Amino acid sequence: MIMQFNEETFREDYTFHNSDWAINRFPFPFHEDSYMYAVNMEQHRGGPEGSIYEKRFDVDEHYVAEMKDRAMVLSDDPLRCQSLPHMTLAGWDLLELIMVSKSEDYPDLFELHRNGDKWHWINKPLGIEDHFTFLDETTLPYGPMEYITRQTQGDFCVLDQRDDNLWMDAGIVTTQADWSLDFDIGMNFFEWHAPVPLAHEKGIFVRALKFLLNIQQGAPARRLNWTMTVNPLLDTSPENYHKWGVQKTEITPENIGRKQYLRVELQTFFRLPRSNGLVFPIRCYLIAFEDLVKIPKWGRRLHRVIRDLPVELATYKGFIDNRPMMLDYLSEFDDGEPTSDGIWPDRHLE
Amino acid sequence: MSKFNFPESIMSRPVYGTLEPRSGKAHLMVADAQGAEAIIGLSKADSGLLSKTHIIYIPKGTGDTYTGKLEKLGAAQLYVGPSYEAAKTRLQRTLAGAHMGLQVYLSGTEGLMGQAMLEATNAGIPHTAIQTEHRGSVARRMQCVHCKGITEDVMTDPFVCSHCGLSLFVRDHYSRRLAAFQGVCIDAEDPGNVPASVELYK
Repeated sequence: MIMQFNEETFREDYTFHNSDWAINRFPFPFHEDSYMYAVNMEQHRGGPEGSIYEKRFDVDEHYVAEMKDRAMVLSDDPLRCQSLPHMTLAGWDLLELIMVSKSEDYPDLFELHRNGDKWHWINKPLGIEDHFTFLDETTLPYGPMEYITRQTQGDFCVLDQRDDNLWMDAGIVTTQADWSLDFDIGMNFFEWHAPVPLAHEKGIFVRALKFLLNIQQGAPARRLNWTMTVNPLLDTSPENYHKWGVQKTEITPENIGRKQYLRVELQTFFRLPRSNGLVFPIRCYLIAFEDLVKIPKWGRRLHRVIRDLPVELATYKGFIDNRPMMLDYLSEFDDGEPTSDGIWPDRHLE
Repeated sequence: MSKFNFPESIMSRPVYGTLEPRSGKAHLMVADAQGAEAIIGLSKADSGLLSKTHIIYIPKGTGDTYTGKLEKLGAAQLYVGPSYEAAKTRLQRTLAGAHMGLQVYLSGTEGLMGQAMLEATNAGIPHTAIQTEHRGSVARRMQCVHCKGITEDVMTDPFVCSHCGLSLFVRDHYSRRLAAFQGVCIDAEDPGNVPASVELYK
């Protein structure tokens, strides 16, 4: 298809919106009518045509607007992008991975021409064209990680692997579900996940780490995660929580359909060839409740999942106070009929 | 004794032990306030240890309660400084000149141990190779996640950020790189509704 990029905002007037195309391909995260943490990993080797799984780095109608929002966040707070000194090589690995993937997967949008270490990159949607020397930082306007991730949707954690652990030693984080890169940078896998309830006791992180340490080059993996956000606010950062937190209290029975968003993260994991690091992109997809319930299966299932979610998870995910109002709204879309297995929609919007 | 048993917490929160003498030709002990008791304990456990030891000590409100006792230990070097900030460059210089195998012992408040550990890890010593023993106050060194300012010696939850003035709740989430716990605005979702402060661990 020919990509149309939305004119939209993720702050103040919140003009973000999903087309029917974007709703149909939304990564609904619940494969059954209940939810609990699991090591829900699978291989990231494409997926159904047009789905968000199809390409290595999905580009959608929100691309240009998301990159504008990222630039604003970084201008306000440069600490959202940091790389410890030993991580520069991993940044080049990441730049190569994204440029090669995007130019192969979206040849109409991105071009990469390589002649030895002389590289020529063209990003048509953002109007960027640069010639640079691979592995020479002085030839790019930013460090390699920052350069390419200012042009790629999703947050990026670049992890060093040593001592049988993964270390959050670099990243760009502007669309996060309320965690701080500036605070967590330098932590290992168990430390940065320390605040997550229930999952440690279930052994989730021990098993997940074991899986991730063994990810091989050319064999990426993926999983979905989710939370709730009021308004289509990408930058739900702890840094700005004192500014956006109050928006959670602005939900009413009248506006909940359009102001309450399900926030889904497509998390992928790629081994990096030179550094042996692991890159962990966290791509955020937002959908308003009123759009989500247009898919009957999703409306039914979301009601059941939210209703039965343990209090600890609803609290950690930050919507315990609004849960009763969510259930009042969602129950209207749950007729008690059974739902089919898996995440895919039971009908498509035309 | 001034030891406090911290309740079990999340995995980023530091866990402290009991200092034990290790073999080695050079030893560095950094302590504040009641942390001196742990150093005195080490000297009793191994009478030959202190002659190979550099002690950096900050009395921090304990006056000369411990300084006389430390002077009698026969340390190779004993420095008594007025504040951690004042002692920091000496600590950095000592670590820069250290040889492989230096044994590091930290004791006292969490803020002191965290900051000294950061200097030691910056000098290339793995954090897992550094011994720690908590003594004295349970006050915490807190970073405001909003303005990034550090507030030292926080004793209550919530507390007021000494930089931006927001009321912050005290998390157990801890960063070794910042040597600080995280403080987060407590009334973001209900501005002005700040619960009464309670003393930590009371």
